[in-house]
Amino acid sequence: MGMTIVQKILAKKTGQREVNIGDVVEPAVDLAMSHENAALVINQFYEIFKDTGLEPKVWDPDKITIIFDHRVPAESSKTATNQKKIREFVAKQGIKKFHDIRGDEGGICHQVVPEMGYVRPGYFAIGTDSHTTTYGALGALSFGIGATEMASVWALGVLLNVEVPPTIKVVAKGKFNEYVGAKDLILHLIGRIGAEGANFKVLEFHGEAIERMPVSGRLVLSNMSVEAGATAGIVPPDEETIRYLREEAGVKDDIELVLPDKDAIYESTIEIDVSELSPQIACPHSVDNVKPVSEVEGIKVNQIVVGSCTNGRLEDIEVVAKILKGKKVHRNVRLLVFPASWRIYRKALERGYIKDLVEAGAVIMNPGCGCCLGVHQGALGDGEIALSTTNRNFKGRMGNPNSEVYLCSPAVAGASAINGVISDPRKIGG
Amino acid sequence: MARVVLKLGDDISTDIIYPGRFMATVLPTETPQYAFADFKEFNEKLKRKEIPEGSIIVAGENFGCGSSREQAASCLKGHELVIIAKGFARIFLQNAINLGLKVFVCPEIDADEGDEIEIKGDEVINKTKGKSFRLIPLPKSRQAIIDAGGLIPYTRKRLLERKS
Repeated sequence: MGMTIVQKILAKKTGQREVNIGDVVEPAVDLAMSHENAALVINQFYEIFKDTGLEPKVWDPDKITIIFDHRVPAESSKTATNQKKIREFVAKQGIKKFHDIRGDEGGICHQVVPEMGYVRPGYFAIGTDSHTTTYGALGALSFGIGATEMASVWALGVLLNVEVPPTIKVVAKGKFNEYVGAKDLILHLIGRIGAEGANFKVLEFHGEAIERMPVSGRLVLSNMSVEAGATAGIVPPDEETIRYLREEAGVKDDIELVLPDKDAIYESTIEIDVSELSPQIACPHSVDNVKPVSEVEGIKVNQIVVGSCTNGRLEDIEVVAKILKGKKVHRNVRLLVFPASWRIYRKALERGYIKDLVEAGAVIMNPGCGCCLGVHQGALGDGEIALSTTNRNFKGRMGNPNSEVYLCSPAVAGASAINGVISDPRKIGG
Repeated sequence: MARVVLKLGDDISTDIIYPGRFMATVLPTETPQYAFADFKEFNEKLKRKEIPEGSIIVAGENFGCGSSREQAASCLKGHELVIIAKGFARIFLQNAINLGLKVFVCPEIDADEGDEIEIKGDEVINKTKGKSFRLIPLPKSRQAIIDAGGLIPYTRKRLLERKS
């Protein structure tokens, strides 16, 4: 019987010819990612070894990556102490895929992992971050787990008790209109199926709109699949996947493409004609409260955020820079731009995007998660409204429960920065 | 028998259960002070230990959606609260099981704050309303972790089996 990508990867990682939906398996892990919450993982890891007489050694230091991004540089002595503890652990265990607070190789974990080539098609990758679904864009099965689960993976090298999930096939046909793209597609999908619409299921993306989409856009789809509750969001790997891994991630060794069988069985199929999509906005306070921009145009905003593991890539910064070039950010708005990695920051500098943005009045922040999760930089005042290219708008998400967050694409963010109100980028000249 | 101390709707995110600004606090011994930190009155009652262990939170669909932060489960575990929801988000559910936080899936649950609840076998009995509701048992695969007393002892056992 035909298998979906997730079935094929789980069969491969458990040494079986096939697995069925609902089977409980213990797949071998190819990549285990953590950020600052490795501090808790370390604590739980030592707990596991307590009184066993065994030396606490991770199963394979080369399959572990730790990337500081949530609070960089540290916002408090508590965070700084956590980061110090992690550095000591990394040195002791011989973990080489460690990305500290550095301008040469740092950034947001979900950008650093793809751009370093740490993940490949057919990999089973897990991370102590819900947006670990991002690597599905490269044809991997990847998802978020808790810190104690990660400690268990560090000890055993397998993830325990994984139930093989069913898959929903998403078919995106047609061609995007100008200023409409991956973010609008995924927001539309989340609005359509709801925040729990894909709970305990996998989204597998197909169709001509996906085939034509560069990896930078596919990363957005996989990243935000978790906002519909999906365990994972996977794009079948193709020529574009190989191009990205070879040209952008510098991967030299063999790449094996794990594809779904033609007769794979899907739980359901959702068809979307992207040529009918307009820019989409997720309104407060849930990611599935999605409306076309025409219904929210004109709402005043106080802060606009461009960045995060969803939309802080070079293509995103390019769109905003091109819209703002030679124009000014509205006087009533603060525009904060967080490049997703230092590699992106350097490219944006080389191409002049940073200059255009700063001259327009934007503030360029250092790569990292920034204000997305309300712990660091760019807090909102009581009653203030943010418009953001990030991925969550839950009440209090940006640190203040008395504020509101709207989610949008980079193009909407750029257009709105000029007008100081939520704006349709298709109406901005030049 | 225990009382419902908080009734919540659908899609209660981990940002509501454990706001991101407290995420530098990671140890299960320290996280309980920030449980539902933005529900000031409820948080104060928890901190003053006015809410007895075993008290119940009733919620709708998709409880614990959003971030994978384990603090959202450990902060509730610290107060030994019990969660009955119509449904849970995947990562939160797994974190709860791993840490031994008591969670029950009850799609038809009807209960208000102050109601007296008894959980008996695969049933939730609302004594105040005189109604009972069926529980959906957790998958067998997860029961092994619960039976071992959580993921840490379960992993320890597996590790020792492998080494011997």
